[in-house]
Amino acid sequence: MGLENLLLGFSIAVTPFNLFVAVVGITLGTIIGVLPGLGGANGVAILLPLTFTMPPTSAIILLTSLYWGALFGGAITSILFNIPGEPWSVATTFDGYPLARQGQGGQALTAAFTSSFVGALFSIVLITLFAPLLAEIALRFGPPEFFAIQLLTFSSFVGLGGGNPLKSLVSILLGFILAAVGLDIVTGQLRMTFGITDLMKGFDFIIAVIGLFGIGEILLSVEEGLTFRGAATGMNLKVVLQTWKILPRYARTFVRGAFIGFWMGFKPGGATPASFMSYAFAKRFSKHPERFGKGELEGVVAPETAAHAAGVAAILPMITLGIPGSPTAAVMLGGLIIWGLQPGPLLFTEKPDFVWGLIASMYTGNIIGVLMVLAGVPFFAAILRVPFAILTPLIVVVCAVGAYAVHSSMIDVWYMMIFGVVGYVFKKLDYPLAPLVLALVLGDLAENALRQSLIMSQGSLTVFFTRPIACVITVAALFFLFMPILTPWWRRLRGLPPTPSAPAEA
Amino acid sequence: MTRTADLATAALLLLIGLIAVVDSLRLGAGWGSDGPKSGFFPFWLGTLLLVVTVVIAVQAWRRGPGKPFVTREQLRPVMQVLWPAVAMVALTAVIGLYVASALYLAFYMRWVGRHRWLTVVLISIGIPVVTFLVFEQWFLVPMPKGPLETWLGY
Repeated sequence: MGLENLLLGFSIAVTPFNLFVAVVGITLGTIIGVLPGLGGANGVAILLPLTFTMPPTSAIILLTSLYWGALFGGAITSILFNIPGEPWSVATTFDGYPLARQGQGGQALTAAFTSSFVGALFSIVLITLFAPLLAEIALRFGPPEFFAIQLLTFSSFVGLGGGNPLKSLVSILLGFILAAVGLDIVTGQLRMTFGITDLMKGFDFIIAVIGLFGIGEILLSVEEGLTFRGAATGMNLKVVLQTWKILPRYARTFVRGAFIGFWMGFKPGGATPASFMSYAFAKRFSKHPERFGKGELEGVVAPETAAHAAGVAAILPMITLGIPGSPTAAVMLGGLIIWGLQPGPLLFTEKPDFVWGLIASMYTGNIIGVLMVLAGVPFFAAILRVPFAILTPLIVVVCAVGAYAVHSSMIDVWYMMIFGVVGYVFKKLDYPLAPLVLALVLGDLAENALRQSLIMSQGSLTVFFTRPIACVITVAALFFLFMPILTPWWRRLRGLPPTPSAPAEA
Repeated sequence: MTRTADLATAALLLLIGLIAVVDSLRLGAGWGSDGPKSGFFPFWLGTLLLVVTVVIAVQAWRRGPGKPFVTREQLRPVMQVLWPAVAMVALTAVIGLYVASALYLAFYMRWVGRHRWLTVVLISIGIPVVTFLVFEQWFLVPMPKGPLETWLGY
C-alpha cells in the first residue's frame, strides 16, 4: 500500500520539469543559504509569489528544494567563513572552521554535506513510513486535540527554545495579537482596526517573515561589519572520495545524530537544540574528547546530521497535521493555502498525488542537492566575495520586491520595513523571532480550535483533559511550558549546578 | 544601554497589550449566545502579555544598565542602510519600483562602497532589468510602475 503510493510520488517527482524545478530550487536555495540576511524562511517567502501560476506539486517541489539548498548552504559559510548562516549551523563552526584553517576545508565540507544527506534521508524514510499513519490518527482529531497540539507547539518554544522563556512567551503572545487584528471571520466583527481601512486585512506572516528575518538580519550584519575572510575551499574529487572512505568510522555518530534530529525536529524549534545535543553526545562518547573544537571531523558530522534530520522532520507535522514545525515550514503551509489546498490530514486522501509527489521529491531533491553542492562549492563560496556594498542593497531590494509581490500592495512594503526594525531590536534583546512568526501563522487556526472546543464543553476548560488523546498532549504541553521553572528546582533537589542555557532559536 | 532598550521595548509591548485588552472589552470578552465573543481570545492574550511584560521589565531593571545597546559606530552603518531604504520605498509610489531600486542600488554602492561609476551604473541598471524580466515577463507578477515604464509602453 505504502510502496505503490511512493511509486506514484516518484512518477510525479521524476518528470523532467519537476527535476528542473528541483535543480533551480537547490541552486537558489544554496545561494540564499550562503548570503547573509537571507535564510530558508525568507528565501521561500520571497519566491512564493512566483509559484502562484505553477501547478501546486511543482510549486512545493521548488520551495522544498530551496529549503534543502539553504540547509546545505548554511554549512558552506559555517566551515569556510566561520559565519553560521542559520542558528543550527552554529555547532558546525566549532570544528568546521578550524579544519578549514588547517587546509582540511574540502574534507570538512564533504563530511558536512554527506552528514546532512544521511540525516535528511533518515528523516525522509521515517516520514514515508509514519506520515500516513499520523495522518490517519489525526483524521480522528477534534478541535480539542488540535488546540492541544498548538499548545504543545508553543510551549515547546518556551521550554526548549533556550534563552529567556518569558521573552519566548512574549513573542508568542505578540504574534497571536497581531494575528487577531482585522476581521474576525466567526462573528464578522472588526478587531483592533480603529477605523483604519488598511488594518482590516490584518498582518500577513509572509511579510513579517521577510521583514523580521530579511531586513532585520541585514541590519544586524552591517552593524557587526561585514567582513568575510574565508579559508580556501580545497575541494576536489580526490578529497571527496578520501573523506567518504573515512566517514563509515563515524557510523554511530550518524545514527545517534539522525535519531536526535528526528526526535527533536518534529517538535518546533528543534533543529538548534538537536544540533547542539548531537555535538555534545559525540564529544562525550568520543575516545578523544580533547580534540573537539580544534578540528575534529566527528564534530562536523554530529551537528550536521542532527540539524538536517530535524529540518526535514519539521515537514512531518506540516503535511499531516497542518501545523508547521519551523518558520520555513510555516511559509510553505501559507503556500499550500494560496494554491488552494487544505493543509492537514485530509491531504493524504484528497490530494495523494501532491503529498506523495512531495515525499518522493524529498528523496530526489536531497540526492540532487548533495551532488550539486559537492560539485559547486567554489561557485557558492565565490558569492561571498561579492563586495558587501553590492550585496547589502541587493538583498534589501529583493526583500522589497518579494514583500510587494505577495498582495501587490505598497502598505506591505512599509510593514516589511517596520518588521525589519522590530526584528533588529528583538534579536538584540534576545526575543526569539520564530515563535512570533508561527503564532502569526497559526493565530486564526488556534483561536477557532479553542472556540470550538469551548463550545463543545459549554465553556469549560476540562474538555482538554477528559478526552484521552487531548489529555496526553495537553499534559505534555504543560510540562514543557513549566519546564523552565521545574528544571532549576529539580537540579537543586539533586544537588547539581544550574545548566547554562542554550542560545535562543532565531 | 541595554536596560533602557529593554524597558522601552517593554513599554511598547505594554501599550500593545493594553490596546488588545481595551478593544476586547469593547467587543465583549465573555460568553455570547453562540460561544466565546470576539474579544475573548485577544482579551486573555493581552492580559497575559501585560503580566509577562511587567515581569520582564522588573528583571531588566534589577539586572542593571548592562552593555550599551548600540554604539555610535555600530548605528552608523545600520542607518546608512535603513534611511535610503525608507527613501526607496517612499519613492516607489511616485516613480515605480524599478527606478527607485536602481537609484537605491546606485546611491548605496557609490556612497558607502565607493565603487567605480561604471560598476555602479551597470549593476544598478542590470538588477532592475533582471527583476523586470523575471517577475513581469516570465512569472506575470506586476510591480509598481512609474512614468518611465509608461513612456516605454508598459
